[in-house]
Amino acid sequence: MDSQFTATAVNYWAIMPILIVFGGALVGVLVEAFAPRSSRHSIQVALTLLTVVLAFGALVWKSVDDQGSTLAGALMIDGPTLFLQGSVLLLSFVAVLLMAEKFGSAGADAFTPMGAAVPGSPLEAAAARAGWGTGEVFPLALFSIAGMMIFPAAGDLLTMFVALEVLSLPLYILTGLARRRRLLSQEAALKYFLLGSFSSAFFLFGSALLYGYAGSIQFGQISAAISAAGVELDGLLLPGAFFVLVGLLFKVGAVPFHMWTPDVYQGAPTPVTGFMAACTKLAAFGAILRLAYTGIDADRWDWRLAVGAIAALTMIVGSILSVAQTDIKRLLAYSSIAHAGFILVGVLAFDITGVTGVMFYLLAYGLATLAAFGVIALVRDGNTEASHIGQWAGLGRRHPVVAGVFALLLLTFAGIPLTSGFTSKFAAFAPAIAHGGRMGAVLVVIGVLCSAITAFVYVRIIVLMYFSDAKGEVVALTPSVLTTLGLAIAVILTIGLGIFPSPVLDLAGQASQFLR
Amino acid sequence: MSALLTQLALETATSSDAVSMPGWWLIALPLAGAALLLLGGRATNSFGPALATGLSWASFGLGVVALLQLLAVDPDQRSTHQTLFNWIPAGAFQLSAGLQIDTLSVSFVLLITFVGSLIHVYSLGYMSHDPDKRRFFAYLNFFVAAMLLLVLADSFLLLFVGWEGVGLASYLLIGFWNTREAGAIAPGHFAEANAAAANKAFVVNRVGDIGLSLAIALMFATFGAVDFASVNAGVAAGGAGTATLTAIGLLLLLGACGKSAQFPLQSWLGDAMAGPTPVSALIHAATMVTAGVYLVVRSHTIFEAAPNAQLAVAIVGAITLTYGAIVGCAKDDIKKALAASTMSQIGYMMLAAGLGPVGYAFAIFHLITHGFFKAGMFLGAGSVMHGMSDQVDMRRFGNLNKFMKITWITFGLGWLAILGVPPFSGFWSKDKIIEAAFIGEGWRPWVFGLAALLGAGVTAFYMSRLFFMTFHGKERWTDEPKQHPHESPLTMTLPMMVLALGSAGLGLILGPTDIFTKWLEPVTGHPEHGEPVLSVPVLMTLTLLLVALGAGLAWLRYGRDEVPMYAPAGNALTRAARKDLYQDDINEAVFMWPGVKLVRSVIWTDNEVVDGGAMGLGKLTGGTATWLRRIQNGYARSYALTMLAGIVAVLGALWVMN
Repeated sequence: MDSQFTATAVNYWAIMPILIVFGGALVGVLVEAFAPRSSRHSIQVALTLLTVVLAFGALVWKSVDDQGSTLAGALMIDGPTLFLQGSVLLLSFVAVLLMAEKFGSAGADAFTPMGAAVPGSPLEAAAARAGWGTGEVFPLALFSIAGMMIFPAAGDLLTMFVALEVLSLPLYILTGLARRRRLLSQEAALKYFLLGSFSSAFFLFGSALLYGYAGSIQFGQISAAISAAGVELDGLLLPGAFFVLVGLLFKVGAVPFHMWTPDVYQGAPTPVTGFMAACTKLAAFGAILRLAYTGIDADRWDWRLAVGAIAALTMIVGSILSVAQTDIKRLLAYSSIAHAGFILVGVLAFDITGVTGVMFYLLAYGLATLAAFGVIALVRDGNTEASHIGQWAGLGRRHPVVAGVFALLLLTFAGIPLTSGFTSKFAAFAPAIAHGGRMGAVLVVIGVLCSAITAFVYVRIIVLMYFSDAKGEVVALTPSVLTTLGLAIAVILTIGLGIFPSPVLDLAGQASQFLR
Repeated sequence: MSALLTQLALETATSSDAVSMPGWWLIALPLAGAALLLLGGRATNSFGPALATGLSWASFGLGVVALLQLLAVDPDQRSTHQTLFNWIPAGAFQLSAGLQIDTLSVSFVLLITFVGSLIHVYSLGYMSHDPDKRRFFAYLNFFVAAMLLLVLADSFLLLFVGWEGVGLASYLLIGFWNTREAGAIAPGHFAEANAAAANKAFVVNRVGDIGLSLAIALMFATFGAVDFASVNAGVAAGGAGTATLTAIGLLLLLGACGKSAQFPLQSWLGDAMAGPTPVSALIHAATMVTAGVYLVVRSHTIFEAAPNAQLAVAIVGAITLTYGAIVGCAKDDIKKALAASTMSQIGYMMLAAGLGPVGYAFAIFHLITHGFFKAGMFLGAGSVMHGMSDQVDMRRFGNLNKFMKITWITFGLGWLAILGVPPFSGFWSKDKIIEAAFIGEGWRPWVFGLAALLGAGVTAFYMSRLFFMTFHGKERWTDEPKQHPHESPLTMTLPMMVLALGSAGLGLILGPTDIFTKWLEPVTGHPEHGEPVLSVPVLMTLTLLLVALGAGLAWLRYGRDEVPMYAPAGNALTRAARKDLYQDDINEAVFMWPGVKLVRSVIWTDNEVVDGGAMGLGKLTGGTATWLRRIQNGYARSYALTMLAGIVAVLGALWVMN
């Protein structure tokens, strides 16, 4: 055999956004090492925002015209990829703005410069003197964003795994960097890491089984192998497909792989929680769509019932447990679990309109949840975040704007008509009814019932904010211009998507066709 | 027959350009008012209420324009569809938001904007001392906008938006006085009670909303569309089996029951009286609570193709009208007695809507006349409360006719109207429903007819009881605070007078001439003529006799005899009726308690309960609970075990299935 090595063709314009983000992250590392201490924070923030904007620009101006599979099929730059990458960049822009909030301290307010330091302690002052800042947060976020951009674009199992790790590892670190409630934060980071590794192992094991079945790690080849129906290795297919799905379902927090979510959401620095809730969920659902629609779609009759059961369980557990929560971040964690269930209903439609609905849902939910965590970071009791729901009582009278924005976001989560939550639930549920068969209809009924339960939870908070008397010294800090900008973008887009969703729905509709 | 009717409805539903007035202005004006008042802050304090009132009247003016434009064309051209914008373009599913301006929706538009504007005017007086007046008017304007959207929507989904909007407005207005210090203006109106009432209305309405949203989902699954025209066409083309249509009909009925406080979702209406009285008049008597009747009439093609669902509508109506009448007899709180009466009267409308084509027009007719006389009586009750330091207990009223002449006369006209005394409004609309209920074969005319007939007698009793206890008999006023009954200012009495005129004359204008039934025909279809099982004169005589009997009995017990200042113990039925026939106890036992149990048992899985001793649940241990609690215990190892267990379970299930 005289196989000859040929260099793989790379369409650089198609992957330019990813390269820009990686480049920005590397420059960020250099900045952290060489930039003067006093201006490090500003340079990092500016560089990160610029990187995200440039990547978005490259995506909009060039990548759209260079669609196709590249790097020998390792990356598929098609409609869903571009829509999801654009959404990740948009959401990340807001998330970075929220992370950069200083509230008058030397570095980013939410992050610790030193593992053992608590806010205002001599150790923190010592860390500041020694020049240990919090600037590394920004390159870490950029690496994670790059992973998130590759995740839904991956054309084979190995690329998908690499993307999974690239996006996860920086998140593990970011989770452990909270400045307040250090122990909780460190515990959350360790748990996230351990359980994440556990689920990654399942993903890898599943990949191995699928490779054994199909003789290839490429989604197209796997799909072809399933269609060709080689019966002899059938025993490998179903566990393989399911294990790979487990690895991905872990990332979106589907029950029973959700256990990490409340602990990690509570422990992580609040802007990071928002970043995870919005961007990780979006990227992971992108990967699930890619796998389910182009890789193991031919085999879907064997596994869709199992995933349907997981979706039902996710909606039920997420919404019922959210009733019992007293910590606002844990509450939103369970809410995000319930939303993961709602989105899964759309995934299981197995129709192009399902892809549209899911992508719209992800963007709308991401914006709302980012803004919600942004607001949570503002509400303080003394020097810590007022995370207990009881502390939010009477906020509507002291801070009408902050409480009003939060109420709007809660109504969005509840899916009240004329909010983006309603449109996205509609866009995700309608295809499930139209194309999902009996299971789709059953899931939608469960979804509507669970929405009603969660609506109760959200309205209870609104009632608390407006109809109860304030206790304690809870105040909402005045955010900096950058944070205000981030919140404003998220809130205005949330309102816009609710009242006039057509342009984005149209865009998602045009971008729903997967390249095979 | 139903197929023919559907055909008729389809043919007449073909749009024309009869109404050139842009319909969205109707909604936009009050909505703009609400936005301006809410966002404008204190700057709008001075002119806000007047502006809100003006915008509501402007909307009424546009409604009149729409009416004139419809009247100018032939009856079969009286329907205009106006497309607003492309709302949800999701692939093959296209939904544009549009307005359906036809005789039915214009009737509602006129009722909502006219009564609504009068109540705006009334509130200028009633709320004049309230520091939060601006917020109140903003909510009122928002309500008018949402209600107009509800009746003008061209699809079930857009209707649902309005449906949620009025629910939100109702919720906000019931709980309006949530921040008030107890006793500041309204003694006995505690902040918590108001918030609880608002929450109850919210929760009960959610149950109904689930019904409506599932109905919409099922329509979409069956017909692939949710706008009225396509759904009607789908039903006519036989696009769905009877079972599916019955399911859609029953789900719609569930939604209607929630919004219209019909059995078994009636429990919230009595508590909703915690809101300011103008709100009770507008939302909980004249307009929002009748939305369920509108929904049933608007989707009549579905109910005609599903006779069982239609029968369920009539049964629900009959039960509620009896239920409300019984409860009304025992209430001493003037507003709660009126609320029970509202429930009962909407029961009449539901019954009529469930009777099929013979009943639709009468259901809407009664809805309109009821809107006038009941709103008038609520405003009268508000005027009485205004003059009596917010006292609501009728046992502490008496002989007020000497001190509040205008309130007495206007309330009296409403009272005569609801009794169905000729020639007042209620006579023309209610008698028609009783007659229609007696049409049919088998057991139905007897059951429905007798329920409606006896209901009229009981209505006469409890409404006369209310009237005599309040305005006649001995003075039973409290000394603490010292009462100085006085007539209300002109801003309050003027709307009452206008509504009283409507209560007296509207029926006479619209009823005997058949104008109204003819006017609605393009939407409801032409009913075939049926003969009641008893002849019409006999029925009319029987009804009037029963009404006279009920009113006479009330006069003997509450007009002539002395009324005790404290409610006597009463017999078992009275006690049951005072407690709303134990609706709350039943709800608690059947719905709430198992729900609470379920939530509690699931809470165990959460680590909130690990330190559950603090929450008092720590005692609830035992094998299962201990195991459940351990799941979310904070240990990474057990989290991993849960994942593994889940994976093994799913894999096992997959293997078994394949």
